[in-house]
Amino acid sequence: MEKLNIMIVGVGGQGTLLASKVLGNVALKMGYDVKASEVHGMAQRGGSVVTYVKFGKKVYSPLIEKGEADLILGFEQLESLRWIEYLKEGGRMLINEQKINPMPVIIGKAKYPENIIEKIKDNYSNIITIDALKIARECGNIKTVNIVLLGLMAKSIDINKDVWIEVIKETVPQKLLEINLKAFEMGYNY
Amino acid sequence: MRKLMLGNEAVARGAYEAGVTVAAAYPGTPSTEITEYIAKYDEIYSEWSPNEKVSMEVAIGASIAGARAICSMKHVGLNVAADPLFTVSYTGVNGGLVIMVADDPGMHSSQNEQDSRFYARSSKVPMLEPSDSQECKDFVKEAFEISEKFDCPVIVRLTTRIAHSQSVVELGEKVDFTLKEYKKNFEKYVMMPAMARKRHVEVERRMAELRDFSNNTSLNRIEWGSKDVGIITSGIAYQYAREAFGDASYLKIGMVHPIPEKLIADFAKEIKTLYVIEELEPFIENQIKKMGIKVIGKELLPVIGEFSSQLIKEKILNVKTEIKVPINEIVPVRPPVMCPGCPHRGLYHVLKKLKLVVSGDIGCYTLGALPPAESMDTCICMGASVSGAHGMEKARGKDFAKKTVAVIGDSTFMHSGITGLIDIVYNKGVSTTIILDNSITGMTGHQHNPTTGYTIKGEPTRKVDMVKLAHAVGVERVRVEDPFDIKAFEKAVKEEIEAEEPSVIIALRPCALLKGVSYEGAQVIRKDRCKMCKLCLSIGCPAIVDKGDCIEINEALCIGCKLCSRLCNFNAIEKAGV
Repeated sequence: MEKLNIMIVGVGGQGTLLASKVLGNVALKMGYDVKASEVHGMAQRGGSVVTYVKFGKKVYSPLIEKGEADLILGFEQLESLRWIEYLKEGGRMLINEQKINPMPVIIGKAKYPENIIEKIKDNYSNIITIDALKIARECGNIKTVNIVLLGLMAKSIDINKDVWIEVIKETVPQKLLEINLKAFEMGYNY
Repeated sequence: MRKLMLGNEAVARGAYEAGVTVAAAYPGTPSTEITEYIAKYDEIYSEWSPNEKVSMEVAIGASIAGARAICSMKHVGLNVAADPLFTVSYTGVNGGLVIMVADDPGMHSSQNEQDSRFYARSSKVPMLEPSDSQECKDFVKEAFEISEKFDCPVIVRLTTRIAHSQSVVELGEKVDFTLKEYKKNFEKYVMMPAMARKRHVEVERRMAELRDFSNNTSLNRIEWGSKDVGIITSGIAYQYAREAFGDASYLKIGMVHPIPEKLIADFAKEIKTLYVIEELEPFIENQIKKMGIKVIGKELLPVIGEFSSQLIKEKILNVKTEIKVPINEIVPVRPPVMCPGCPHRGLYHVLKKLKLVVSGDIGCYTLGALPPAESMDTCICMGASVSGAHGMEKARGKDFAKKTVAVIGDSTFMHSGITGLIDIVYNKGVSTTIILDNSITGMTGHQHNPTTGYTIKGEPTRKVDMVKLAHAVGVERVRVEDPFDIKAFEKAVKEEIEAEEPSVIIALRPCALLKGVSYEGAQVIRKDRCKMCKLCLSIGCPAIVDKGDCIEINEALCIGCKLCSRLCNFNAIEKAGV
């Protein structure tokens, strides 16, 4: 592939950084030039987080801009809606059905939009939704949501599955490896 | 070997490859990971210092003693360390000395948007600025060479997008650096007026040499393309410019102080239309304009916030990006929040209830300024809570002090809160200081500090006892309270603000994310008992959800800290599955 722009969006604490770390290293293993930009510090405390991963022959800017993303992986419904303008025409969005209320909604100063997925699907054709929390629970650990989603994303990217598994083995601690590989498979085969 | 590295990790690798043996820092986003990665190298002594000034002085001492040394901080940290900076510029170095500073355009995690390049100019210290992780590593190594060659400290400036972006790095070999001989040399290292006057002459001579060096170093390079448009740029702006302009000629400046004047003049001669593209202040641009060269820069580009290639296209090339927005929906913002189980939530419940004026500080607890707590009145800089409360008292009198508290975290108190407390004691203040001891430096991602009992490498060490410390500086009323024991905590606050003498409350409860902190697991709301009074919602826990007809607890988020069940008047919140 010439160049791929991927965004991973979610809520601080959902494990988006691990997903982007694996993705970046998969691209590196394939010999691409890779850049990834992430959010640390204050914004990470339960705030809206976005990670950009770009790879191809040569990458300059680490940022992806509106209308440029080939693929967006949304860890949460509202965050998927927030970043949808970044999807390029025909680009694909993967949406985890999980909802996490932001503070303005919790304290009653704003409303969590209704029927987000339907509204997105009405306007974009290439949308896949998944209840990753349910799958993670079936898998035996609800903390593997990010790996389930990683598996789903891997299916949308034209890179051999073995490379993904190799990188997960290098990234995840040994004692959590088995459950994470299971979660990856369940996402991949969704 | 090729490795995908965060800019900060690459800086650490550069320090390792350069043979650094002493590294010191105070954590601060976006610079923190530099020293966390350095701590992984057994060859390097590393430490979290109590503040940036101390970290720079440790590095200066190590350099004078003959080692290659590095200290790292965020932009506002350099303000704290500015005092030693201006004088180490005069003394120069023995072993190489590199000062890392990370600016935060866009203020992702900062209280201002200052441009640290001006420090390089005003302290007369050379500054390098990398554009990706590979350059982070290479420039740090080169900075040590420059430091020793020109007998001066070297600042390497990052911005958030460099520090927190990953890109590919080719790892190199560690150079053989042996400790330089230590020689007593008071004319060089004792900066009294007579010696400093001579050293200032040396500084000016060195800067003249560095101006020549800047014209010839490969840190500054020209990439020729179409000569219709020429771009002078540095740092992350180079990447945005490359993407926005494509075929043009670029002068990429890696040494931002002193700038390569001759190289710039030669470049400008060849170019029809010349732009300077730099984030924040027109630092390079104004110097070029002073040379009499016509360039376009801040006439079109903002001095506020981060750039992007899209912004450059819009502002300079007048290319508007058409975005179709088919979904017309108000998307609520998602500001950062205190985590479920955060000990600060109990504190703010009390402060809000008592309607106190809260002189605030820097840390996770700054979030107490936002809804629903909305309790914090001020936040200026590290340590300003304590001294600020004292100033309020001196302006408005003791009765005002009875409605006021200072809140400051354990690490921030060590950083620069203690001096404010001494001021209160010494100058007959009566203010109340609440130290939020969550047993870690929280906001920057869990770094140890002098009160935690562990070093950066996780080794047990002596710890500062804050009760004894407060007593030692002359505060007689010192008490330790649990911010989750709301009734007792409220009573303590009321008593201490009433007392007409200085007082300290240590609000002790560890950060909920800390390893070893375990609560009993998710709670559930018993609908048969819940009266929908919504008191539990008032503490603003992200795990408690108002469903309209009922309140629910999100089991994936709740850790079972039970602050909500302690608050509930109807015993309606209990452990799930009971």
